Order: sequence, then structure tokens, then C-alpha cells
Amino acid sequence: MHMADALLAPAVAATMYVASGSAAGVSIVNLRKEEATLKEDLKVKLPAMAVMSALVFAGQMVNYTIPGTGSSGHLCGGMMLTGVLGPYAGFLSMIVILAIQCLFFADGGLMALGANVWNMAFYGCFVGYFLIYRPIMQGKLFSAKGGSASVTKSAMRMRIVLASVLGCVLTLQLGALSVVLETSLSGITELPFGGFLVLMQPIHLAIGLIEGLITAAVLVFVYEARPQLLRDVDTAGAVEGKCSLKTTFVILALVVAVIGGGVSLLASGNPDGLEWSLFGNAEEGYSENMGLDEEAYGISSNLADSAASIQEKMAFLPDYAFSKDAENPMGTTVSGLVGSGIVAAFAILTCFIGGYFRKRKLAS
Amino acid sequence: MNKTEKALREIQAMGELAAMDSPIHRLAPLAKLLVTVAYIFVTVSFSKYDMTGLLIMILYPVAGYQLSLIPVYTCFYKLRIVLPLVCAVGIFNPFFDRGIVMTLGTVSISGGVISMLTLLMKGVFCLMASFLLVATTSIEEICHALRQLHVPKILTSLLLLTWRYVSLLLEQVSIMTQSYHLRAPGQKGIHVSAWGSFLGQLILRSMDRAAALYESMELRGFHGDFYYAGQKKMTAASWLYMVVWIGLFILMRAYNLPQILGSLFV
Repeated sequence: MHMADALLAPAVAATMYVASGSAAGVSIVNLRKEEATLKEDLKVKLPAMAVMSALVFAGQMVNYTIPGTGSSGHLCGGMMLTGVLGPYAGFLSMIVILAIQCLFFADGGLMALGANVWNMAFYGCFVGYFLIYRPIMQGKLFSAKGGSASVTKSAMRMRIVLASVLGCVLTLQLGALSVVLETSLSGITELPFGGFLVLMQPIHLAIGLIEGLITAAVLVFVYEARPQLLRDVDTAGAVEGKCSLKTTFVILALVVAVIGGGVSLLASGNPDGLEWSLFGNAEEGYSENMGLDEEAYGISSNLADSAASIQEKMAFLPDYAFSKDAENPMGTTVSGLVGSGIVAAFAILTCFIGGYFRKRKLAS
Repeated sequence: MNKTEKALREIQAMGELAAMDSPIHRLAPLAKLLVTVAYIFVTVSFSKYDMTGLLIMILYPVAGYQLSLIPVYTCFYKLRIVLPLVCAVGIFNPFFDRGIVMTLGTVSISGGVISMLTLLMKGVFCLMASFLLVATTSIEEICHALRQLHVPKILTSLLLLTWRYVSLLLEQVSIMTQSYHLRAPGQKGIHVSAWGSFLGQLILRSMDRAAALYESMELRGFHGDFYYAGQKKMTAASWLYMVVWIGLFILMRAYNLPQILGSLFV
């Protein structure tokens, strides 16, 4: 899901940088607050964050065989970091992982980093944690009837698995939706918005399910071995329940597969519904306001508006993205082609001259 | 060779490139970082049909690679990651945008083809520019430049520390994968029965390692701050490099230079 620089218009990229930067600022402030309340020094946490992000980076390269198929899946980084480090430290760690991937492995662009952080880290760490992980872990789900205070181990396991799977599915869906929105707003692809969406969402549903299960397996292992490492896990008075780990997995995998399959069928079978919900008016047809008209998407929030106005003031070349350049002819004349030829020839010549001098330098 | 080993080799190769010496390597990291960001910003801001105008942007990476003595082909290996996604998005353009924008002899070229080519060029150019930055600048220097731009200390320290640990954990994961596969021949990935324990064990050990690491850092006098000693300053050459390139980028964007150049001959 890593986006390259070429897929984003400067306005979109800058807006996403502002959004991700603000989220990073909030995270740092909250980490400092946690530091003050928990009396936990940030510099103690720093090595743990670094080692965990390095581990997630390396761990994402491991292939996990998906039973019954020939393919393999990977770990979901955001949920895993959130489970171990918490949302704020997890978010900062994800930023660092994405920065390293973009700088040294060309996985995602430098200018697209803001968007990538938003699509992968923000949803994974904040949405995944506050909407899914924490409510499930702190709730009363799967706990014994009669309101007894102690939680069985199997209930905790069920919660971890459910939280990981739901978290991964939701965050990947949101991430994929953002990729589609950002690319379409940038006016990069001619692919209709609805078509692009139908292409992206179901595939990420499948990926989310698998990633969620792998992440759940890892987190459950950590829970079994050292529960105090995990966030929001009640370690006091945990007693062994009836449900074994295997049963837990099988039940939850089945439930999620059924729900997920249903959603996927709805999404792919009825794309007009999605378009309608995004464009407000299906009868107008999306092809008319496709790709280039921000207003038509009906996405407006105070944050987005203010970010866009800052961007408008900051951008020194306001010739981007939403301009109606689709109507302009290319404006290329013969002279344009001739000039391009000269530039290309000059570039090639520079390479040859450079190579010649390098060889001479090596020889001497 | 598995993925982790490949990644380790890439890290090593990048380190070797950054340790070379050339006029570009000697420039202040901040100047290089700002020029790279300006370049990418200007490159992606070209309109999707402005293929001829965009072409002139190739001069920056070409000049950079020649001056830094880094062979251009080293960055093309990285294109394997960038191009598939860019292609996947751009490949639909010729099908949806069929308006003819130019004819070359008897061959008519549609807007979709031009916009697809422009997208590919943007992808390649941006990759060349960011590769040039990391091939001539070490991570310590990049972090120093980021600090100068007032990026929070915790992020730069985390970046530096993570980078140190990435190679260590890659090695660890590589050894683990290899030994797993030796014991499970003919199996493609990690079997479902080991999904949790495979990485889970590593997490437990890594958390212990983090604690040990913190203690050793403390013993060496770490107080939450890394020091960037002996960094390259913003010399006159660095200022000149930055101002000239950014000025050129603005010029290249404001005027369609190839077209002006061509009109001199046609």
C-alpha cells in the first residue's frame, strides 16, 4: 500500500504531511503526559520503541503460509506495535519504519511519506486502538456470566484475536480507501473512482483478514508467555478457561470469514451504492465530476479546509492537481519534441562524459 | 537468498555508497535534503500532459550522479518496487482517456498514453532524486539535517536507533527463517502452527534486549539526546548548490525549456 511520489499531487501530499505531522505532534505531547503520570521516563521507552520498530520492519519480511492456499501473508505492523507499545509510541515507531522503508528501500516516496503515514500508521495505531483494541480489551466481552471480576485466560485470548482481526480489517479498509481518495484527488488516474474502489477494497479485506490472524497469533503467544508486555491486558486473577487456543482461532476465523465475505460481496456486487454515498448523487454519473473536482466529492471538514488554505498560500507553483488541465491540449508542437530530443541527447552525453572521466580516474 | 538477506545487502551497499567521497558527498546534508524535496515537489507538480516540459527535470539527477561518481544503474534495481504500483495506476489511462492530442506522421497518440508516460517518468525521476540523497548522505547526517529543521528530537533519535537495530534484527530473522526452512524442507513459509511462536519468541527476546540496551546506554552517559559531532556545515558551496538548483527548478517549471530550445532550430 506504499504510495510512490508520482501518484500524488503536491497539494494532496502537503495536506497529508500536515495531517500526519499534527498526529505526530499530538502523539509526542501525549507521550510526555504519560511520562508525567506513569513516572515512566521517555528515554527508557526509546530503546524499546527502536527495537520493536526494527523487529516489525524485519518481521514484515517473513512469509507465513496460509493453510489451504499456495500464497503467503505478512504481519500487520500498526496493530502489533499498538498492542505492545500503545497508540502514541506505536504511531511514532510506525513513522520511523515508513521513513526507513522510503529512504533506503524506495518503498513509498519521500514526498508521499505524509500520506503513507496517514494511510498505514494513523489508522492502524489510533483508529485501531481507540475504536477497536481498547474497547474490546477493556470491555466485558467473552467474560464469565454473573459479572465475576476475574477474566479467564481464554476470554482474554478471544479478545486479543477479535481485536487484532477486526483492527487489521478496519485499518486496511480505511487505508485502501485513503489511497483511492488521494490518488483520485491528485487527478493521476483516469480509472473511475468507483472502479478503483471496487478494485482495492475487496483485496484489502482478504489481506486484512490474514494479517489480522497472523498478528493475533503473535500477540496471543506474547500474552501466554508474558502478559504484562501487552497493553490493556488484565493480568490479575486470570484463570484458565475451558476454551483452548485452537478452538478460539477456529471459531473466530469462521465468524470473521462469514462476516467479511458478506461485506465483500456487498461491496463488489453493488458498487453504485458506494459511489452514491461518496458523491451524493448517483444519477449525475461520476464520470463528469471524476477525479479532478474536489468539491464534488463532498469531503469537507474544517481541518481539511484550513490545511488546503495553508497549502494554497504556501505552494509557490499553484498549477497542480485540480486544475482543469484535462481540457487543455498537450500544447506540444514539433519544437517541443525537437527540444526534448536535444535535452535527452544532452543527458546521455553527460553520462558518457562522466563515465569516461570516471574510468580515467580509476585507471590513474 | 531470502528477503531479509537481500535487505541486509541493500543496507550494506547504501552504507558503502554514502561513505564515498565526492563534491556532492561533501555538501551540507541540509542543502541536499532541501534540494531533493524541492526537486520532487516541482517534478510531481507538472501537469499530466506536459511530457516535454517534464523531460528537462532529468538534468538534476544526471548531473548529481555524475558529480557524485555514483553509477546510475545502482538505483534502477530499486525501481522494481516503485514501478509496479505506478504502472498499475497508470495503465488504465490509455483506456479511459482516448482523446487524440497529437499525431506523429500517421500514428495518433492519445492523451492517456501521454499521461501514462508522464506518470512513469515522474516515478523514475523522483526515485532517482531520493536515491541520490541517501546514496550521498549517511543516516546520521540526514537526522542532523532534520534536527536543523526542528523535527522533534524523539523522532530523530528513534530513527537513528531503529536504523542501528534494523540490521541486527534482519540478521536474526534471517537466521531464524533459514533454520526453520532447514527443518521444514519444501515448505514455502511459516506453517500455521508456528505463526505465533515464530515472531513471538523474538519479541520476548527483543524486549529483554531493549532493557539491556537502555542500561548500557545509561552507563555510557545517555541523557535522552544524541550528539551529532563533526557534522558538515552549510558552507558557501552548499548555499550555492541549494540556491542554484532551486532557482533552476523554478525556471524549468515556469517555462517549457525544451520547447523554447526546439523553437530555435525549427
